[in-house]
This record gives sequence, C-alpha cells and structure tokens, in this order.
Amino acid sequence: MRRVTKVYPGGHVGLEHVSLRVDRGEFVFLVGPTGCGKTTLIKTLIRELRPTEGEVLIAGRDISSLADKKVPQLRRRIGTVFQDYKLLPTRNVYDNVAYALQVIGASRSEIRKKVPDALRLVGLADKVKNFPDQLSGGEQQRLSVARAFVNHPPLLLADEPTGNLDPNTSVGIMQVLYRINRTGTTVVVVTHDREMVDKMRRRVIALDSGRVVRDQAAGTYTPDDESTREFALRLREEMGLEGEEPRY
Amino acid sequence: MGRVFFFIREGLRALRRSAAPSLAAIVTVCITVLLLGVLIPVLQTTNGKTNQVRDQVGLRVFLNDVNGQQAPQDQIGALQAKLQAIPHVKQVTFVDKNQALSILSERLKQDNRTDITAQLPGAHNPLPASFNVTPDDLSNLGSVRSAITPPGTSGQPTPISPLISDIGDSRDDASKISGATSAIRWVLGVISGLLLVASLLLVANTIRLSIYARRREVEVMRLVGATNWFIRWPFMVEGLVCGLVGAGIAIGFLFLGKQVIVDPLANNFNLISSGHTIPFASLALVLLCVAMGVSAMGSGLTLRRFLKI
Repeated sequence: MRRVTKVYPGGHVGLEHVSLRVDRGEFVFLVGPTGCGKTTLIKTLIRELRPTEGEVLIAGRDISSLADKKVPQLRRRIGTVFQDYKLLPTRNVYDNVAYALQVIGASRSEIRKKVPDALRLVGLADKVKNFPDQLSGGEQQRLSVARAFVNHPPLLLADEPTGNLDPNTSVGIMQVLYRINRTGTTVVVVTHDREMVDKMRRRVIALDSGRVVRDQAAGTYTPDDESTREFALRLREEMGLEGEEPRY
Repeated sequence: MGRVFFFIREGLRALRRSAAPSLAAIVTVCITVLLLGVLIPVLQTTNGKTNQVRDQVGLRVFLNDVNGQQAPQDQIGALQAKLQAIPHVKQVTFVDKNQALSILSERLKQDNRTDITAQLPGAHNPLPASFNVTPDDLSNLGSVRSAITPPGTSGQPTPISPLISDIGDSRDDASKISGATSAIRWVLGVISGLLLVASLLLVANTIRLSIYARRREVEVMRLVGATNWFIRWPFMVEGLVCGLVGAGIAIGFLFLGKQVIVDPLANNFNLISSGHTIPFASLALVLLCVAMGVSAMGSGLTLRRFLKI
C-alpha cells in the first residue's frame, strides 16, 4: 500500500497516508483500537472500498483502479474471513464451502475433492450436513475460514476471526490460520486481541486513527519450522489455558 | 451446460427455501393474468360488436301502395335494379307487405301483444312494402340517401321513383349504438391499462421484497467473488418459475371459466358468441410468455440495486 488515504463521505477519515508492504508467505497481525481503520484497510484490499488517494498493489497490480468487472476475479484470489462470518444461512456446511468453488466454475469432481479437504483442515468434517445456525460461534468461524481457503488463494485476510470467541476457541482458529500460512499462503489477521498477538510472535502492524503507529517485524525469535501442534501447545501454555487440546 | 443446470438447481432451491415470498409472487402473477385473461376477450368482443352493428345499419325505402295493393312486380323489379345501381350500395333486399306483417306479428308476439295484430281487418294489411338498402360502409349512408332522393327542380329532395313514399334511416340508432360501444371500449381500455400498470408494479414490488429479504445472501455471494450474472441467473430462474406457475394456475381458472360459464351462455347470447375474440390457446400462450418475461425481468432488474460493487 502506498500512501493510501480513505475519507468517508461525511469527512470521517478511515485511513491516512498508510504505506506498508506485506511479502509473500508472511503472517501479519493488524492491531489497533476500535475505529482505527483496520476494517477499512481490509475493505480496500478486497475493493469493497476504493481509497480516496494512493495505491493498493496486490501482486504488482493497482486494484484501486481495477474495473468493476474484474473485481470478482480479484476476490477469488483473496480468501476473506469476516468478523460476522458472512455465511449463507440457507446452505449447509458443505454447500457454503462449495459455493466458493462454484463461483469460479470448478467442476463437480473438483468440488467433491476439495471441499472435504478444507472441512477436514478446520475440523468440521463431521458436520457437513449442518446449517450455519446449528453451529457454535467457533464452528461458524472455522467454516468461514474453510470457505476462504478452499480454492487455496495466495492471500488470506481475516477480519477479527477471534472477535467473539473464548480464548480456547481462539487458539483453535489461530492454529488453523497458522497451518494455512505454512502452506505458503500470505495471511493477514486483523484483531484487537493483544494477548494473542503477543504470544503468536509474528509481525505486528498497529494502526491508530487511520495511521500506522507501529510496524514491528517479529518472527526472528520464533523458529519458523515450529509445527502446528507445537505452535498450539506453546500458545496454550503461554496464555495459561487449561484442558484438552481440541482435536482438529 | 453444467452451469445452466447449476442455475436452475439454485433457482429451485431458493424457491423451496423462501416459500412465503415466492407464494406471494405467484399469487400476484396469477391474479394479474386472470384479470388480463378476462379483459382481453371482453375488449375484443366489444370491438367486434361495434363492427357488427355498423354492418347492420342501412336505409329502409318504403313504397306506396297502388289502390290499397302492393305495386306491380315489374315496377318493383325496376326500382330494385335502380337502387342496386347506386354507388356504395352493397345489398338491396325486398320486404313485401306480408313479410312486413309477419315480422311485426313476430315482434309483438315476443312482447305478448298479439291482440294488436288480431284487431287488424282480415283483408287489409296497412303495412307498406319496403327495400332494405345496405351501404358498403356506414359513412356512405348519407351519399346513398341523397342518391335515392336527389334535389328536384324545386330544390326539394325528390325520390327517384314515384313508388317511393318515405325513407327510414337507422343512422341515429347506429350512431347511438356505436357511440355507446366505443365509450365502453374506452372505459374498458383505460381500466385494463391501469390494471396492467398496477399489476406490473405489484409483481415488481413482490419480487423486490423477496430479494430484499435475501440481500445479505447476495452480499456474501459478491464478497466470495461471484460475478453479477452468476448471482443474477438463479434469481431470474426463480422469477421465471413464479411467472410460469402463477400464469399456469390463472390459465387453468380461465379455461374452467370458459368451459363452465362462457361456453354455455354463448349458445343463448349473441353478444358473447362473437367470432372476433382471440382463440383460447393463443391467449394462454401470450399470457404465459408475458407473465414469465415480466417476472424474470423484474427479478433481474431489482437485483441491480444490490449488485453495486
């Protein structure tokens, strides 16, 4: 992002001269208090919003000047996990994930192969027939992750994926995101869960009032070859969580 | 091809899921088609009736009696040939005194007043013989009339034959009738026009409601990267099915109404059995196509609001 500014109609400034760069394969946290512009930033990345000023470059292309017709193509290359899940309430777990593939015109055999894979990844393989309102918050969020990841996008955005979840479930979600990151996908997680961020030891970008106030490249003190399981165990330990590790 | 089936499946799934709004749309379409299906034939019938009345209008040329008896046949024949030769005359028919009397008795019989003819003195028939002169078109009635009674030397209209005593003119009746029918036609036309507009708005509004109820779903589809047409097609299939079912039910009712009410009546009432109405099959087809088209387009257009990126 190069000097991106977003001014909402009415004069409210969502982002102000934000410049940042995320490399391929990175795991980045975007933190800051409510209303600091985190969600605005995500929305400019999937072109739900157009920046008032500046450039948003994804894989070298400026998406702020992208034609409306090309926007669906862009969104298919970016998996997005929303704070409010944004699941299709009239479809069951399987169909919710399958929809992301149907949209890109995937063949039936491809769908039959990829959807169970994605659901296994997030630990929902035994709930394929359930509808979203029959799932817990954590399960809905994991479903949302599965849908975002099912066509293996190069970039995954997660807007407050642990927003309304208890710490134990949050770790589970983070574990899934971590696993996805290890497949080479760039992951950007928006959160205000400071504790979680500190424990994860990843790069943290802090926003306040639409400005970048901190960009701390971490990760040097975390061995990159840490397995998902070790990662979860460490996280649990450091957050002081008791009990069984959920079986994903 | 797989896509087409996908869209159809999706449309049907949506129909099942949102049964209440779909039902509302179907009922709306059904009522609209029902109204149209009744109004179109009625409009056509009044139209046809007007033309029929115009066809029946003509002049009646009454003849003088000669010595209390009908004029000799050769004179009558000569006059008929003369009348026939007048431009714009389509038909000339002779009604002799006896026929005139029997027509009168027939009419009186219908009114149960046979006593009037009964009082006539047996041998004497007071009714004159006459010619019915039909012009090729109602607007030529005046010119035919003036050809039968051209202005004489005194400038007064003088009949072309001394046999002619009087000319009766049904023009007043005709203009009254055609005035009335054209008024009816106008009123019906305006009513059906308004109905059509009202029903279109109603259908559009119903569809809008059902889409509005699912705007979140549409939003999610957009965010997952669905193209606008990918989102729109299932909705259009849904509209198409609503239109098809609604119109189908309405056409069923219309057919029933035709079989049970209109057809039996048509045997008794001349007005209904007018041959100018559209055949039922074509009417049904037109209504079906219009209903499906309007519903599908209504869905597609309404969706536009929710598809802005």
